[in-house]
Amino acid sequence: MLARWETLLVLALIGLVALGASLSPFFLTAGNFSNLIAALMEVAIMAMPMTLIIVAGEIDLSVESMAGLSSAILGFLWAAGVPLTIGIPVVLVVGALGGLLNGLIVARGGLPSLVVTLGTLALFRGMALIVLGPRGVSDFPTAFTQLGFGHVPGTLIPWPFVIFISLALVLGIVLHRTWVGRQVFAIGKNAETARFSGVRVTRVRISLFVLSGMVASLAGVILTSRLSSARADAGSGMTLTVATVVLLGGVNIFGGSGTIPGVALAVLCVAVMQNALRLASVTVEVQSIALGLLLILSVVIPTFAHQARSAVDRVRGGRHPPADPVARGEAAPS
Amino acid sequence: MDLRTAGRSVALVSVAALVFAACSGSATPSPSAAAASAAASVAASAAPSAEASAAASAAAGPMTVGYLPKDIVNQYFAAAKTGVDKAAAELGGTVKQVGPNEAKPDLQIPFITDLTTQKVSAIIISADGKDEVAPALKAAMAAGIKVVGFDSSPAVGAYNVFVNQVDFSGVGVNLADWACELAPSCTGDIAILSAAATATNQNAWIELMKTTLATDKYKGLKLVDTVYGNDDATVSTTQAQALLTKYPNLKVIVAPTTVGILAAAQVVKQAGKSDTVKVTGLGFPNDMKPFVKDGTSPVFGLWSVPDLGYLSYMVAAKLVSGEITGKEGESFTVKGLNGDKPYTIGKDGVVILGPAFRFDKTNVDNFNF
Amino acid sequence: MAEPAVAAGLGAARPRGSWVSAFARQRELSLVAIMVVLGALVSIAAPQFLTFSNITAVAVLASIYAIASVGEALVVITRNIDLSVEATIGVVAYCVASVLERHVFDAPAAIALGIGIGLVLGMANGVIVTLLRVPSIVATLGTLSIFRGLDYVIAGSHQVPLAGLPPGFTDPARTNLFGVLPVFVLVALGVVVLGTIILRSTRFGRQVYAVGSNPEAAAILGIPARLVEFAAFSVCGLLAGVAGVMWVMFFGTINGTAGTGIVLSIVAAVVVGGVSTLGGSGTIAGAALGALFLGFTANALPLVGLSQFWLQAIYGLVILVAVSVDAIILRRLQRATAERRAR
Repeated sequence: MLARWETLLVLALIGLVALGASLSPFFLTAGNFSNLIAALMEVAIMAMPMTLIIVAGEIDLSVESMAGLSSAILGFLWAAGVPLTIGIPVVLVVGALGGLLNGLIVARGGLPSLVVTLGTLALFRGMALIVLGPRGVSDFPTAFTQLGFGHVPGTLIPWPFVIFISLALVLGIVLHRTWVGRQVFAIGKNAETARFSGVRVTRVRISLFVLSGMVASLAGVILTSRLSSARADAGSGMTLTVATVVLLGGVNIFGGSGTIPGVALAVLCVAVMQNALRLASVTVEVQSIALGLLLILSVVIPTFAHQARSAVDRVRGGRHPPADPVARGEAAPS
Repeated sequence: MDLRTAGRSVALVSVAALVFAACSGSATPSPSAAAASAAASVAASAAPSAEASAAASAAAGPMTVGYLPKDIVNQYFAAAKTGVDKAAAELGGTVKQVGPNEAKPDLQIPFITDLTTQKVSAIIISADGKDEVAPALKAAMAAGIKVVGFDSSPAVGAYNVFVNQVDFSGVGVNLADWACELAPSCTGDIAILSAAATATNQNAWIELMKTTLATDKYKGLKLVDTVYGNDDATVSTTQAQALLTKYPNLKVIVAPTTVGILAAAQVVKQAGKSDTVKVTGLGFPNDMKPFVKDGTSPVFGLWSVPDLGYLSYMVAAKLVSGEITGKEGESFTVKGLNGDKPYTIGKDGVVILGPAFRFDKTNVDNFNF
Repeated sequence: MAEPAVAAGLGAARPRGSWVSAFARQRELSLVAIMVVLGALVSIAAPQFLTFSNITAVAVLASIYAIASVGEALVVITRNIDLSVEATIGVVAYCVASVLERHVFDAPAAIALGIGIGLVLGMANGVIVTLLRVPSIVATLGTLSIFRGLDYVIAGSHQVPLAGLPPGFTDPARTNLFGVLPVFVLVALGVVVLGTIILRSTRFGRQVYAVGSNPEAAAILGIPARLVEFAAFSVCGLLAGVAGVMWVMFFGTINGTAGTGIVLSIVAAVVVGGVSTLGGSGTIAGAALGALFLGFTANALPLVGLSQFWLQAIYGLVILVAVSVDAIILRRLQRATAERRAR
């Protein structure tokens, strides 16, 4: 059972790369891969804490607005003469505070995260607009903008990719190899049971939202750097892609299962698909349809595969009861 | 839900697919379609060498140009593309339109990098954010691709030539003139409905309009407010409604944005105030025809958008062929534009298409964009 | 706390005897009260706010949102959500405008087509959620992308100008019946009244609440939960179709972007209107009032001198306050009920 969904994603990735290569002679170049990765890094970075949050049975729709708020505040501070060495930490703290707000209302107030983060989705974006208005701040130093647009010296590896991989490694280990990760899975499977077995549900939930807010503001900093410009509307619309990537990565929307490697593979799949379609001059509207279909199929296929499997099992004499309606990349470490 | 219900729904969905086919298709075979097919046929005959090197002579040799508007939904850029296609058909080049469906810089950047990967000869771009797209465009220029900005300029240094749609100072004067003409005996309250408060063009025009209003001829006009509709139909509507409510003596709404002028005209008409409040600014003739005729917006202006596209492609071709380099002071002629008189490249590599057109009931029916 | 029987008797649109009804009925009243108080405050700062022309202008646009919010409320009551409504509105608006421009259909047929398309898209959501068993948030996030993509494919960069519509087609958006009641407001009122009657007095209405408040119990009682959810999505699509047609009448000029981003306002209206996202409670009248409330907020901001940029933040705060108030009151009521039972 382990890593079954991931195997499927690897196959999909190979298929997509082959498709890309056949669609365009420019696809299989190092420069192209560097570009296609760079285009999706903010989404990829925000998808990492989102994986943990969804595994824990919650969702954070506000990440795109937190990225925008972070960009706006960074721009505001820079325009006011505050150096980036102070501005960036301030922005990360704001992100953590925003996440804390989400976490407190959800975990202490016992409100559904879907609505709460829908509220903060509007609230954070509104704050970004109030802070920066519709102006853009763009006279950032080259050393900073190089972080978002440049490569690791001597290679074609974009800097944000390094940040993404580090984050994936750390959160992957935390989720799959530590006691903290087991708590997250336990909460996602059944919060009440987890509470009775001594998991501090409220504290874990709050911490996850704080992490999500902070990483979202980091994504905002990276976006500001890649665009060499701070804007209040930075990142708008990204939540959809973040959620798509996480669900495509095999994370169960109801919580309780999912893996970081699966989501990382899904990031690559989506990046390759978007790039291949663009190079093949497939219009964006078709890409939008493809993304939507992919999202729905990522839930439909495992559900029906499982049903088919249990039907077969039943015919054979049914040793496995059809327990979990959605069995995807079972992830709790054994 | 049982299977039969599901079956019925599936059947309905397929019927819907047929219905959608009925919705699509444009109203009339637009000039762009004709131009595009012409371009396609020319390109087909020249296809084997379509990816030929940028050094080929533009006048005769084929070249592939990436046309990258702010977004591919806006009819403004569709209108401009008819001009691009026309020029490409004349010169025997290929146009590859790419772009996001929302005008946002982070969505535009991947298209620039992809066009660079594909080694097109030139990129014609309306920038979603002048600084945001600059690094990607500089990388394209470093790879030998010529960059022509149009409509909305990339940062200086991130293009070879920027084709400006209109003489900016002229528009400011025009806006003031039209407001003066529409206000009874050039007196009364006027208000501006702009796009976003950051839009560079808008602010430049508004500033120049204010300067013009300060002169003696316009002393009867009082600018009471400037509001921003963000080029969004809903927001512009709300803002226009608020203007009517807030200033009962308002005589003219000046909207130097195609979305804003339309929203303002509709709001004024809906409120039944077409006789007392007039709307002017910059708008598409196709949008504004009914309002010109019913007197809500008797006078407004814009430049010829197809000509803007045509000139942009011609400039790209001349850059690729080496006829021009984009240096200040260079001059060139484009047949059929500017009365066949030469264009001169100004400061920062800017070329100006010409003055704004004035539309009123005598000429508005002659335009289709 | 009012006696349940009294609450139901006073006309709450929900199953009789529910103790939640007492408060939820107050939600509509309290929303009206808040609007009156805020309206008075705004009109002190800007006397023009409370003029007939301003109020009708705002109410006409809010009617479109209200109708979409009613459909959304129905879905939310069944413990689902439909994020694709804005794209449905977009597709319908463009299709209606396009067939009219090309004289494929006359106005009544085009309106029917638009509502039909809305219904079909709603049914598609219903199929994905109930038959394919995709959670509604994922399903409709996906169809939001798909429907909007479809809209762009159909529309391309074409924009149907006002002149492309038959003369008089946009008149309903600008007509007041008897000189006072805008047609759009009347349509919205009709939808709310009809919907309220259906939810209160029919078996289907009771099933909607039953499925939303406790799906397992509903299943045990033999309620066809999936069929009810499917119906809710279908009606939501249908009402989005109505809103799409009204969008064409109101704006007159339509391209592939109609309705982009408004789902936030629609869901906000539903939440502000007191419909619980946990399902099973709330009224469609509340959702419609929520839409009206947000519409007046948007209108009042520029009048009191606040920039448009405050709107998003205020919407966000309003959502958070509304759900928090709900949660607090719900908890008090639960405690009160528990105490009474303990006695």
